[in-house]
Amino acid sequence: MKALGRREFLQRSGVLLVAGGGVSLLHLPQGFAQQASASTVAAAVRDLTPAQLDTWLTIDTVGAVTAYFGKMDMGQGVDTAIAQIVAEELDVAVDRVSVVMGDTHRTPNQGGASGSSACRQGAVALRNAAAEARRVLLERAAVALNAAPALLAVSDGRVSVSGEPSRSSTYGQLIAEGFRTPLQWNRQYGNGLTVRGTAQVKSPAAYKVVGTAVPRKDIAGKVLATTEYCVHVRLPDMLHARVIRPPVASAVPASIDESSIAGIGAQVLRDGDFLAVVAATEWQAIRAARELKVSWSDAAAPFPPQAALFEHIRKAPVAADNAVANFGARQPYDPAPALAAIAAAPLRIEAEYEVAFQSHARMAPSIGVADVGERSAVIYADTQKPHDTRNGIAKLLGLPPDQVRVIWKPGAGSYGRSDSDEAAFEAALISQQLGKPVRVQWMRHEGHGWDPKAPAAVLTCKAGVAADGGIAGWFFRARGFSGWDVYFNAGDPKDTLVGQLTDWPKGDQHNFGVPGESYEFPNSVKYWETIPALLNRASPLRTSHMRAPQELQLHFAHESFIDEVAAAAGVDPIALRLKYLKEPRERAVLEAVAKASQWKPRGARADRPAAATGGRAAVLRGRGVSLNSGFGGYVATVCEVEVDARSGRIWPRRFWVAHDCGIVLNPRSLRTTIEGNIVQGCSRALFEEVRFDERNVTSVDWVGYPILETPDAPEHIDIVTIDRRDQPAGGAGEPAHVTVPAAIANAIFDATGIRLRSMPMTAKRMREALQA
Amino acid sequence: MAQFTLSVDGKSRQVEADPQMPLLYALRGELALKGPKFGCGLAQCGACTVIVNGSATRSCVLPVSAAVGANIRTLDGLAANGKPHPVQQAFIEEEAAQCGYCTNGWIMTVVAMLERNPRLSDEQIRQQLAGLKCRCGSHMAILRAARRAADAMAAGAGGASKRRRA
Repeated sequence: MKALGRREFLQRSGVLLVAGGGVSLLHLPQGFAQQASASTVAAAVRDLTPAQLDTWLTIDTVGAVTAYFGKMDMGQGVDTAIAQIVAEELDVAVDRVSVVMGDTHRTPNQGGASGSSACRQGAVALRNAAAEARRVLLERAAVALNAAPALLAVSDGRVSVSGEPSRSSTYGQLIAEGFRTPLQWNRQYGNGLTVRGTAQVKSPAAYKVVGTAVPRKDIAGKVLATTEYCVHVRLPDMLHARVIRPPVASAVPASIDESSIAGIGAQVLRDGDFLAVVAATEWQAIRAARELKVSWSDAAAPFPPQAALFEHIRKAPVAADNAVANFGARQPYDPAPALAAIAAAPLRIEAEYEVAFQSHARMAPSIGVADVGERSAVIYADTQKPHDTRNGIAKLLGLPPDQVRVIWKPGAGSYGRSDSDEAAFEAALISQQLGKPVRVQWMRHEGHGWDPKAPAAVLTCKAGVAADGGIAGWFFRARGFSGWDVYFNAGDPKDTLVGQLTDWPKGDQHNFGVPGESYEFPNSVKYWETIPALLNRASPLRTSHMRAPQELQLHFAHESFIDEVAAAAGVDPIALRLKYLKEPRERAVLEAVAKASQWKPRGARADRPAAATGGRAAVLRGRGVSLNSGFGGYVATVCEVEVDARSGRIWPRRFWVAHDCGIVLNPRSLRTTIEGNIVQGCSRALFEEVRFDERNVTSVDWVGYPILETPDAPEHIDIVTIDRRDQPAGGAGEPAHVTVPAAIANAIFDATGIRLRSMPMTAKRMREALQA
Repeated sequence: MAQFTLSVDGKSRQVEADPQMPLLYALRGELALKGPKFGCGLAQCGACTVIVNGSATRSCVLPVSAAVGANIRTLDGLAANGKPHPVQQAFIEEEAAQCGYCTNGWIMTVVAMLERNPRLSDEQIRQQLAGLKCRCGSHMAILRAARRAADAMAAGAGGASKRRRA
């Protein structure tokens, strides 16, 4: 069936398209923006061969530089960092550089926002391209000015002969018809894509723009309300749609009572088990979605009771397993030697940790606008990966990928495989069927209830401690739902709700991960096991990557357990880590955070006055430490908590963060990025838990799914940045985030003598533990 | 459907709508403003906040018919003669946004809060901004911006800022 064109398929399968009240043409409001439409797709194509310099950079006749970046900014300011890098290599003022992001017809496929890769991977191609551009322009200037290349100097895009400022030319004059310069391309697309020319890039020692606090390019528009977000896109004759979700997750529409929305001026659209209402105005669509009466199939409740979730995870069959951190080929492992060494040790410690399902819960639920014509389509989305979304929507529509243009527009922050692609796919399907542009925006209950979820997990840790206090054996097993139940990009409709509800069966992909730090514990084994999904079609508890992808879950357990072992062995937790860490950069951040926080080494638990007074004082204070490395970043974090002994409220009042992500490109946006990592980490550690019953997800708004608010934000986050100018840029979008839950958990133990091993560590759980 | 006259950012604007339609859809739809945004439709997040007769108000639950005759201020109209409002200026200087989707709610709430009383302690600011959501975790920069704006507006209002650190 997949070989059929979408229209042909629809004709054969007999899509139900019910005409309701007449749909009138949308009155175009003031401020209507000129947008690309389906008929303009072909004309918009640039040559996007990565092996051509013009693909990456253009310069106009007045010297304005445009960089084409195949990734996009989720709010950390990576476009500003790219502008700095390009300006640096080209020797132009940073204000001259604008950055185009995430348009499949204008930017090369660099894999989108993914794995903290914008600066550590994506920027490399732009740096090399800009260096080559400068070389080519200087070569042309040497001819034009009749001067030896060695005598030429560049200042803000003006090339002059040394000592003779009147003999000069500008990039705008030298660019002519473009660069027409080939680059060496490594033949990869996605995160791994890289290109280089023959030019040498600058030495970091010579940097004047990179490494400085250039103001973020995006801030003013966001503050002055001039930024056009995806939600603002409107096309001529655009219709508004809302999707109808079932009360029982696995139910499908049985019958639809169209008379229930008579008079609203909306129509019902059904394709397979996908059900939507469409109207000329947004409010009509919202009213119709609320009032449409649908009889649903008598589906069995698909989920265990929430109270039984972790028992379910413990007892479920293993679907897949591996022993690699993040991604990679299969790595064999054998728990037996580790378990034997632990059993033989004089001191044995075991702990099991639980992590709840968490929701991406974006500030705005999914949004997409689609204009699908007979042979081409234009899609607006705030997806993290427009090129993959293009491929997936092309499959859904039965169009060639090069006739589908996906244009990324800024949206609500997205930190993994969130709901960001869903509405774009839905809008595409509806637009194809109605032959008009369609805007789909999810409602809040969908954003919480129907977005992919961070996988819940049970993490089992065991250690044996030798008589000398050293580690004799180490066991770590992560067991949970798959991080790839929804794959990490939308390159196929099978990984979207609308795909699964029509004719694209869900795949069966598995991934979790293990901690990847360099601890050299003897007789150590670390592996993961994933279990089958709870529901194999259009599930509100389908699971996906969420910031770091599963490292938050893994490190909550692993870095808490190291603290447990240190406490049991009577060893300082930083000293224990340093004893076994091999990687110098991990050691350096730990040492830096110990210094910054004036860490007092601690031995046996009885030495700690906070623990001794646990449960008596009104406010209990303690400190904890944790470590993470990954995505080219190395982070050690100390948290100081205050625990209210009566209410159980946990306030992570103060943080010290030692952060090494290689060379620092922009210290100011790095600071706010790290702060965002920490604060969002506090929110996930303390508040966030998806609620569900046997029928469906029940936490469908911000009351049911609270996140951190200002009264609970830390008072101070002190950041020590280790700026390694000799090292390439690493990732900063995830590593600090990963350190937060264990730093808090370990501080709670220091304050109260209690281990909270279930995340989120809510006030209720703390209160119950204090009262136990 | 009925015709309503709204006062938005000092201008009289006509909209045709169902009386029960929330004000947000008139501002964002018919009037094509970019500041107030849909986040929840439940008055739980603040992304849609506008200032109605001096009070920060969630436009996603206020029926458009109830907004007739009120003085409605939006982020789009906050800058005066091209000059950012002191709160906007503070948010720019502190780079107090990541994705920026929630920024409208924070700025409009801080404006209403500080126009009422700019002499607030850090702790008072934290408590009074409860109820606004930011998914990206920009709270530290937002609190710095609110502090900066409070100091600027207290100074502008005359008399020394009674700045009190909690």
